[in-house]
Amino acid sequence: MAEFRLPKNSRVTSGKVWPAPAGATRTTLFNIYRYDPDTGNNPRMDSYHVDRDDCGPMVLDALIWIKNNVDATLTFRRSCREGICGSCAMNISGSNTLACTRGIDEVAQNGIVNIYPLPHMPVVKDLVPDLTRFYAQHASVEPWLHTVTPAPEKEWRQSHEDRQKLDGLYECILCACCSTSCPSYWWNGDRYLGPAALLQAYRWLIDSRDEATGERLDGLEDPFRLYRCHTIMNCANACPKGLNPAKAIAEIKQMMVVRQV
Amino acid sequence: MAEAKAPTTPRAVARPLSPHLQIYKLTWTMAMSVIHRATGVALYAGTLLLVYWLVSLAAGPDAFATAQAVFGSAIGRFVLFGYTWALLHHLAGGLRHFVWDLGYGYDLKTRMGMARATLIVSGILTVVLWAIGLSVG
Repeated sequence: MAEFRLPKNSRVTSGKVWPAPAGATRTTLFNIYRYDPDTGNNPRMDSYHVDRDDCGPMVLDALIWIKNNVDATLTFRRSCREGICGSCAMNISGSNTLACTRGIDEVAQNGIVNIYPLPHMPVVKDLVPDLTRFYAQHASVEPWLHTVTPAPEKEWRQSHEDRQKLDGLYECILCACCSTSCPSYWWNGDRYLGPAALLQAYRWLIDSRDEATGERLDGLEDPFRLYRCHTIMNCANACPKGLNPAKAIAEIKQMMVVRQV
Repeated sequence: MAEAKAPTTPRAVARPLSPHLQIYKLTWTMAMSVIHRATGVALYAGTLLLVYWLVSLAAGPDAFATAQAVFGSAIGRFVLFGYTWALLHHLAGGLRHFVWDLGYGYDLKTRMGMARATLIVSGILTVVLWAIGLSVG
């Protein structure tokens, strides 16, 4: 059920305001969600002034600048810094995206950037959410090739046309921006698979080499797993790779209808 | 299909839930989804008004005159105006979902355009319908 208010231990309090760096002429204020599991205190918002003349252009640059120059305890995931690993997914100025591919000037409003962890997720520390369930949902759609015919001597062949059907699907980097932007996933994330897992489900459903289409559809034929999508479209708006999970979900719904007629 | 169950390990302190509705930036499609749901709920109440009107009609001229007076009052007209808009907005939203169910209108420009159009069309239709209604009766 939809629980609009945050639980008592999750309500965000005001935190520390760090002084602006001395001598900086061009600064941007970053308000960042902090949670320290060791204290047991509620999460808080800490504020940092980032010296833009000493810092790269991306939001991730600012986070690293803060960690290096102001507060080494600030915790976040990052790796590739070029939008391919999906580690630095977070909520920046109200929308989910990757910190590494989003420019500070794109998201700053009146010189302020607000950063939270991915929404409606258990927080491990600061900007690091627990993605265990998200990964389990991905695993549940069995994202690998299912076949019954004997394996060919070399490889499973696929025509160019059939391969093109996977474009816009296989590029998913599992950053969880889409699923955690979805209100349906917020309210029913324990039973609704969410846009990311369903995009991958569709990627295998329409793979010409896969021979378990019926079984895959059977697994999704459920009031919650698939049908909690209400085309709110936050997933497509959020995806940092420009993919469209809402469309993939609609295609699955169509496959459900087509196989019954 | 495998079960989507996350392994559970006991923890001393429950992890906080990250903010969601409180911080997420509203988009057109998100707002129209909320309004579609809200107008849907409002239509239940509107249907009760319709039932009251019909029952009063069956109950006799006195009851019907009372119902007419209630709906004809300033507040009554305001409520009916809202009911008209809720109905037409839900209708326009339903057409939008119909287009989506046919597999069209998923790209950024179309989906944002359709969301805005839902609000504009329902607003215009409501005003037009009332202009006709008031000019006739």
